[in-house]
Amino acid sequence: MIELDEAAYSYNSDDLLAGMTLQLAPGSFHFLTGPSGAGKTTFLKLCYMELMPTRGAVRVFGTDVRAMSRDAVALNRRRIGIVHQDCQFLDHLSVAENVALPLAVSGRDPSSEAGNIDELMAWVGLDGRRGARPPELSGGERQRAALARAVVLSPDVILADEPTGNIDWDMAQRLLRLLVELNRMGKTVLVATHDLNLIRAAKAQVAARVLRIRDRRLQSAGADL
Amino acid sequence: MIGRVAGLADLLKGDGSADRVVPPSGFTAHLTLFTAGAMAFLTVFALALSLAAGQLADRWESELARTATVRISAPEAQMATQTAAVLEVLRTTPGIAGARVLDAAEQAALLEPWFGPELPVDSLPIPRLVEVTETGAGYDGDGLRLRLAAEAPGAVLDDHTRWRRPLVRAADRMRLVGYLAIGLIAASTAAMITLAARAALAANARVIEVLRLVGAQDVYIARAFVRRFTRRALSGAAAGTVAGAVMMLLLPDMGGDSGFLAGLGFSGWGWAWLPAIPLLAAGVAFWATRAAALRVLGGLT
Repeated sequence: MIELDEAAYSYNSDDLLAGMTLQLAPGSFHFLTGPSGAGKTTFLKLCYMELMPTRGAVRVFGTDVRAMSRDAVALNRRRIGIVHQDCQFLDHLSVAENVALPLAVSGRDPSSEAGNIDELMAWVGLDGRRGARPPELSGGERQRAALARAVVLSPDVILADEPTGNIDWDMAQRLLRLLVELNRMGKTVLVATHDLNLIRAAKAQVAARVLRIRDRRLQSAGADL
Repeated sequence: MIGRVAGLADLLKGDGSADRVVPPSGFTAHLTLFTAGAMAFLTVFALALSLAAGQLADRWESELARTATVRISAPEAQMATQTAAVLEVLRTTPGIAGARVLDAAEQAALLEPWFGPELPVDSLPIPRLVEVTETGAGYDGDGLRLRLAAEAPGAVLDDHTRWRRPLVRAADRMRLVGYLAIGLIAASTAAMITLAARAALAANARVIEVLRLVGAQDVYIARAFVRRFTRRALSGAAAGTVAGAVMMLLLPDMGGDSGFLAGLGFSGWGWAWLPAIPLLAAGVAFWATRAAALRVLGGLT
């Protein structure tokens, strides 16, 4: 699915990430942890082709990202659902329209898939908030709406960046259950989080591999996790 | 070409969900409407100028090509002999379809604008005029002049070239100026719409970021802006064209024979050009916005 081969990323000659090697196998569940500023978001951006590695290689669905055209990047992103930390919605559209946005940009008619959108909204517990605007949503609702948008095209991979960063524990567990459910449906999941309690709760439900970024390098987390 | 027109029609018909991804309004909407309207208004007059100049040039050109005059200046006693000699020369000159001596009334009518209706033409030593009509192939002017000089020394051929040709050239230039004005108006419209489109793209940087995040290709994002700007240009230009047409209708009637201004306006098929103005504006907006959008999107990381 996604493969990093000694991938590194530098900005203004500062190495933010170095020597990253990882293969996200189909159906796997990974957590990526590390302190704030360790480079978790940068790592996800490399996987989502928002950033290009400055050394080494990142291959997405078998293709080196640096060899991809801009259109190819867009097409491959449709196979990867992403939940950003700040969610990033279009505030002039309703929540349902935001959730359906990936359908519209991929040339499908959202109105003909209204049933699926309804189902998805109900699945993330937002069926009563279809017509609300994103600024009207709570933190937890925004995260769930972002998750619904991430999976609307039924992608192969789900990437989530601190999806429980701004929500309470009950809501975090609810979101985690949704991610585990997606993984059981065969989706590859990678969650970046600094919330160790979330990781422990997940390990009770799913066989998740935990990775840690330390000193700009990727390593397996210890047995304490 | 047909495919492109059909594509433009599809574009204008719109795509409800895709249209909504870019927030409506903003100053660029008003700027585009106003620019397209003002430019279309000016285009109506530039088009009228071109058509009028073209008609004038064509008319003068055809008159120049078809007629000439032979002026006979001779003592009264020799006038009949000279006239007969001239008519004989003209009759035997290839390329001349006919020759006719203007009678006194016709000559008086020609002089009336300068000397008034009471001019006693019969009592004045006025040269006699022979109107010459050419065949389509035309005649050899230099050869005719030589023959007239030999056989009717008092006769002078005036083929109207001297005074009509500069006028035809001026009318032709005027027609070109009209076309040039339309071209400049189109280029100015494109420049203004490009600026407006770039401003809209800059103002919607976050929208573009979100669209890319969910897998939108550049052409999808560009289309959302292109559709909006093309529609605005079309509606603004339609309003400007209607306003321009109304102004043309309100121009005072110059009469049928009062010079250049008499032809300024639309008549017959000339009106059929007007619907082309909003379509031209829409086409300009389409290409200007598309080029600007793809250039801006290509420059974004």
